[in-house]
Amino acid sequence: QGPLGSAPVTSLLSLAVTSEQIEHLHRRFKQLSQDQLTIRKENFDSIPDLEFNPIRGKIVHAFFDKRNLRQESDGLADEINFEDFLTIMSYFRPIEMNMDEEQLDRFRKEKLKFLFHMYDSDHDGKITLQEYRNVVEELLSGNPHLEKESARSIADGAMMEAASICVGQMGPDQVYEGITFEDFLKMWQGIDIETKMHVRFLNVDTIAHCY
Amino acid sequence: VDYQHVQVPFEITLWIMLASLAKIGFHLYNKLPSVVPESCLLIFVGLIMGGIIYGLNDRSPPVMDSDIFFFYLLPPIVLDAGYFMPSRPFFENIGTILLYAVVGTLWNVFGIGFSLYGICQVKAFQLQDVSLLHNLLFGSLIAAVDPVAVLAVFEEIHVNEKLHILVFGESLLNDAVTVVLYKLFRSFCEMPTIKSMDVFAGVGQFFVVGLGGVLVGLSFGFTAAFTTRFTKDIRVIEPLFVFLYSYLSYLTAEMFHLSGIMAIISCAMGMKRYVEANISLKSHTTVKYFMKMWSSVSDTLIFIFLGVSTIGENHEWNWPYICFTVIFCLIWRALGVLVLTFFVNRFHVNTITSKDQFIIAYGGLRGAICFSLVFLLPDFHRKKLFIAATTVVILFTVFIQGMTIRPLVDLLAVKRKRESAPTVGEQIHIRFLDHLLAGIEDICGHWGQYYWKDKLEYFNSKYLQKILLREYDQPKSSIVLLYEKLERKHAIELAQAGQLGHGPAHPSFLCSAFLCSSSDTTGITDQKWEDTLNPNVLDNIQEILTRNLYRIRRTGPAYNRHTLPGDSEPTEQEKEILILRHKSL
Repeated sequence: QGPLGSAPVTSLLSLAVTSEQIEHLHRRFKQLSQDQLTIRKENFDSIPDLEFNPIRGKIVHAFFDKRNLRQESDGLADEINFEDFLTIMSYFRPIEMNMDEEQLDRFRKEKLKFLFHMYDSDHDGKITLQEYRNVVEELLSGNPHLEKESARSIADGAMMEAASICVGQMGPDQVYEGITFEDFLKMWQGIDIETKMHVRFLNVDTIAHCY
Repeated sequence: VDYQHVQVPFEITLWIMLASLAKIGFHLYNKLPSVVPESCLLIFVGLIMGGIIYGLNDRSPPVMDSDIFFFYLLPPIVLDAGYFMPSRPFFENIGTILLYAVVGTLWNVFGIGFSLYGICQVKAFQLQDVSLLHNLLFGSLIAAVDPVAVLAVFEEIHVNEKLHILVFGESLLNDAVTVVLYKLFRSFCEMPTIKSMDVFAGVGQFFVVGLGGVLVGLSFGFTAAFTTRFTKDIRVIEPLFVFLYSYLSYLTAEMFHLSGIMAIISCAMGMKRYVEANISLKSHTTVKYFMKMWSSVSDTLIFIFLGVSTIGENHEWNWPYICFTVIFCLIWRALGVLVLTFFVNRFHVNTITSKDQFIIAYGGLRGAICFSLVFLLPDFHRKKLFIAATTVVILFTVFIQGMTIRPLVDLLAVKRKRESAPTVGEQIHIRFLDHLLAGIEDICGHWGQYYWKDKLEYFNSKYLQKILLREYDQPKSSIVLLYEKLERKHAIELAQAGQLGHGPAHPSFLCSAFLCSSSDTTGITDQKWEDTLNPNVLDNIQEILTRNLYRIRRTGPAYNRHTLPGDSEPTEQEKEILILRHKSL
């Protein structure tokens, strides 16, 4: 059986990763899963460098998030197989030069949706103040000298900025529930995520163990 | 009248005075700098001066001595460029920049050299005696893009950050290639026979020159950072260390025949983080101002001297050779950019649109470095031909390309620099993305740029910061710095409006602080917000403010030669005093 097992190859071609990339990722998958067919959350603990990453929890969580895996249901999967692994990786594929406007827009929205799911941990479709605070706290957790209060204030400030971008001037009785996906899109307008959010698979890595 | 006694310093001062007065003159007419780049105007002034001197003395005016250029005029400009280089875009695009700088320059050198040799074969031009080696030597000095000229033109047209950094980075880093090739061909000219061993030695030499320069620069940079750790009690001479160490690194590199430009750039970039954390705010301002001033003066002097040196009897005007030089420079640059960008885009190293490609090709300006190098050539009977050709190429690129690039940028609607206020949210997002990509690279087992960046940060925080920083309390992340800066700005506005120091639980304090409005009706009254607007949070913000009231460091790009970032808020000092007085009441 090939690396893809019984999964039909045609569904994977739509992910627009080349076959050599699939080979490379499959090797890595086998390494992580210790030759099993699926990975669980615990398997990610075997990656030493990931420990120092402040948003480690969120990244691992993103792999098991059913919304990212394009499944209809909600919540978290317990384990993912290689096809799911590839699905997640496809969010990080680089931009192609011959894309037209519509494709570019869809490309961009896809990546931003992935990011949105990472911020929105309770899966209710909005990023609330508490969730935003959580993100900022995790990001600044590497600074031992920074008090928790400061991180909270920063998150509050950022939330206000978001409110002002998305809703503009608000009346005294208006309530700002949280950042929806449309608002999120507005916030990211200045950052060209299509070029930033990709991992270059084509460079052959030096630590994939072959067998 | 004892003129001989004071002649040298007197004349130097007069030249600098002339340069500065010329600059004032240009800015008196508002419209002029927008149409004609300053570099052109300065060359023009130089031409006039040269003409006057020639007319008075009836002999060639003083030619810019190459030593003066390389020792005194070039280092301040490169130091300024390196110190204020925005490191994020630079390192994000470093692969592309290196590709253009190294491979692109090699392509240009050999292309121009061989094509000119082909032209020399044509009997009608009477150029038979210019050998292939001479042509290659000429190619090596004319092919390189000049950082001074690029900086002078590009900082007035405000293209998007990536494009700017690509052209500018290339112009800085191609110095290593230029130095090696120039010296190589020059030594080949003097050797009777050339063996293939010599060629390989040349290739090896390139790596030595480039990497050696970087190493020298980094070691001086870290030494500078280490020195500033102990300057707490003698703040007055702190700025001096920055300049001394950088200049020493340049001279040391030149002494060992390494690339001085790369040394000074790596010195500046290496020491910047640590030095800025160690030195006082006043020293920091001094460093900034002095750097800008020196680089501005150097820049002006260079262009004026270029103009002056053009007049005179140093030239042999063989028009076919000169015209073909200009044509080949343009053609080979365009081809080089096209081919290299094709590979860059194909392998997803970067994405460069065709508009950007055109500007990169068109922005390959030549300048004073070529000029000085041609004067340094050993005297052989065709030297004047090369001088003439270099002069024409420089004048062509600076005048014609320099003047037309702005209308072209407008015409092609090239993406411009984004002029928007920085927001804390953006910093958070960028940081988040960094960590996310580093994590994904770890998971894929891929040693990509984010992985190395992460590793470098880790190494930095564990070892370097402990040695090089004075009090090892971790310097604030850019998110926190920006937040504090914005808070302070709005707190000042509020202090002026008289709202600071009122009762703490006023919702509009926090809100109006960030909504940039002076109206106080923008309350956000969700249930979840209530608990944020308690006295504790507000006290905390005020505490951050008081602790950090004087610690503002600008973190934006600072390309502009003429203004310093922050020049537009002259009354900030007064506002600071107002806030302090307010709190003490």
